[in-house]
Amino acid sequence: MQPLLKITGLKKSFGGVTATDDVNLEVEEGELHAIIGPNGAGKTTLIAQLCGALKPDGGAISFNGNDITSKPAHSRAGLGITRSYQITSLLMDMSVIDNVALAVQARSGHSFRFLKAARNISHLRDEAMIALGQVGLDKRADDNTRELSHGEHRQLEIAVALASNAKLMLLDEPMAGLGPEESKTMIEFLKSLKGKRTILLIEHDMDAVFALADRISVLVYGRIIATGAPDEIRFNDDVRHAYLGEE
Amino acid sequence: MGTLRKKGTLTIVVMAALAILPPILLWSGQAFYLDLATRLVILAIAAVSLNLILGYGGMASFGHAAFIGIGAYAVGIPVYHNTYGEFEIIASYSGLFQIALAVGISALFALITGMICLRTKGVYFIMITMAFAQMVFYLFVSLDIYGGDDGLVIDIRSELPLVNLDSPLQLYLLAYGSLVVAMLIVRTITRSQFGMVLQGAKGNNERVVTLGYNTYAYRLTAYVISGAMAGYAGALLGNFTTFISPEMMGWTRSGELMFMVILGGAATTIGPVLGSLVFIVIEEVFSSFTIYWHLPFGIMLIIIVLYVRGGLVGLITGGKKKRGK
Ligand SMILES: Nc1ncnc2c1ncn2[C@@H]1O[C@H](COP(=O)(O)OP(=O)(O)OP(=O)(O)O)[C@@H](O)[C@H]1O
Ligand SMILES: [Mg+2]
Repeated sequence: MQPLLKITGLKKSFGGVTATDDVNLEVEEGELHAIIGPNGAGKTTLIAQLCGALKPDGGAISFNGNDITSKPAHSRAGLGITRSYQITSLLMDMSVIDNVALAVQARSGHSFRFLKAARNISHLRDEAMIALGQVGLDKRADDNTRELSHGEHRQLEIAVALASNAKLMLLDEPMAGLGPEESKTMIEFLKSLKGKRTILLIEHDMDAVFALADRISVLVYGRIIATGAPDEIRFNDDVRHAYLGEE
Repeated sequence: MGTLRKKGTLTIVVMAALAILPPILLWSGQAFYLDLATRLVILAIAAVSLNLILGYGGMASFGHAAFIGIGAYAVGIPVYHNTYGEFEIIASYSGLFQIALAVGISALFALITGMICLRTKGVYFIMITMAFAQMVFYLFVSLDIYGGDDGLVIDIRSELPLVNLDSPLQLYLLAYGSLVVAMLIVRTITRSQFGMVLQGAKGNNERVVTLGYNTYAYRLTAYVISGAMAGYAGALLGNFTTFISPEMMGWTRSGELMFMVILGGAATTIGPVLGSLVFIVIEEVFSSFTIYWHLPFGIMLIIIVLYVRGGLVGLITGGKKKRGK
């Protein structure tokens, strides 16, 4: 079976900094694949190239058997790729449910619909509420997004990604800035998604990664130095040396 | 939710006053005020159309007056040729033909320039929209046949079924009705699924693109709708002044439209109308004793922009003060 996502020879540099250095990676359908690596390793840059926000300098990305390397960001979303942001990126002037409803609305292809008030379209609202309920934000649906706490913003990021119904979710440090309790809830939640969605998870929190991932890739200075099951990674000498900081 | 209801009340009060007061003033012998109200209502249509892209779409077009000019010349030129010959294909006194021309050419101009302008952002967008408007401005300055710099007198007003535009009251009522329709169109569009995408892209474009929307296409569509509506306002303005000149589309005119939207309250239904109202009043009151009447207008605008969230609408309905970042 071919992998859902296949990255071959991907390259990206910013001036002198090589952020993505000949990356090869395969993500199987249904897998939760984690990417770990020190700060500045190029994790976010990799995600940005996968979702189309950044153009790679070289290499190829194929999704579901199609070459998407030169597809614009909006059509990649249409094919079933969604991302969440390390630094919260939401529509702060809109209500919580509007943020999610806009993601639901995107599923139907286009939104060149001018007549009916979006807030009166019940199936959009209902499906948005379901996604909000899954992350535990349903009670805050009608609040202004700006007024949510940091932790709630992180939950909303996930709800938006869920609502888009994407095949592949690229989650960039969903636990960033969460307290221990909130992190635990998020880990449990991601666990509940396992098998239902294909997830490429970037995470610093090692406990979370080893608890969740089917496979782990280690990115250092833009290069993948190892890919394997959690136990293989844990005891891989290169990884321990380069990243886990043990001798 | 209190603010929402207050906004609704404000909208109804202002629109009711505009429906009732000018005719009453006319009947009490104050025809001058009907004239003022007509200009106000026509400018308000243009401001409402600008609000769609500026207020809801975050596109700060500094060239919106070009559409007004195109709309006005779309009345003037067919009339000119119908009276003095040549260019038979467009020679006509028919208002429906002229309005179709005004709306059609404005939409086309918006489509072509929008395709280019919308590739840019921020200050560049402001400058390039202004540059295109100045191009149209100089085009009409150079067209000697239509009076060039001196402008063109419209000898005969648009001939329309049901309404006689030579009657000031009927012209006013047509303009007023058009304003109501324009407000309803913008209100409907901005609440629709299309409108949600447009407003989302204003706040955080990358996020909306990541959700799967080609925001460029949505913005361009809004830009074309907005331009077409402003072109319609131009056709009315031509009929009102019966004298048109390139000055109608100068960059100061575009700036005034932006002022009206921001002063009144961007992204609100009644804001652009309130802004036009204040603009007309200030222009009338101050221009009678100082030629520097733009100064108080500018000062007022700066105060509103700096201290009040949501312009005059925000001020009246108790919108919050801007919070520090
Ligand atoms: N737009 C940009 N312009 C210039 N350099 C950039 C840009 N984006 C990222 N970089 C550089 O590329 C490298 C990789 O950055 P990236 O944000 O992908 O790292 P990361 O692995 O996500 O780090 P973190 O764990 O801190 O989130 C860094 O050296 C960064 O400074
Ligand atoms: Mg990062």
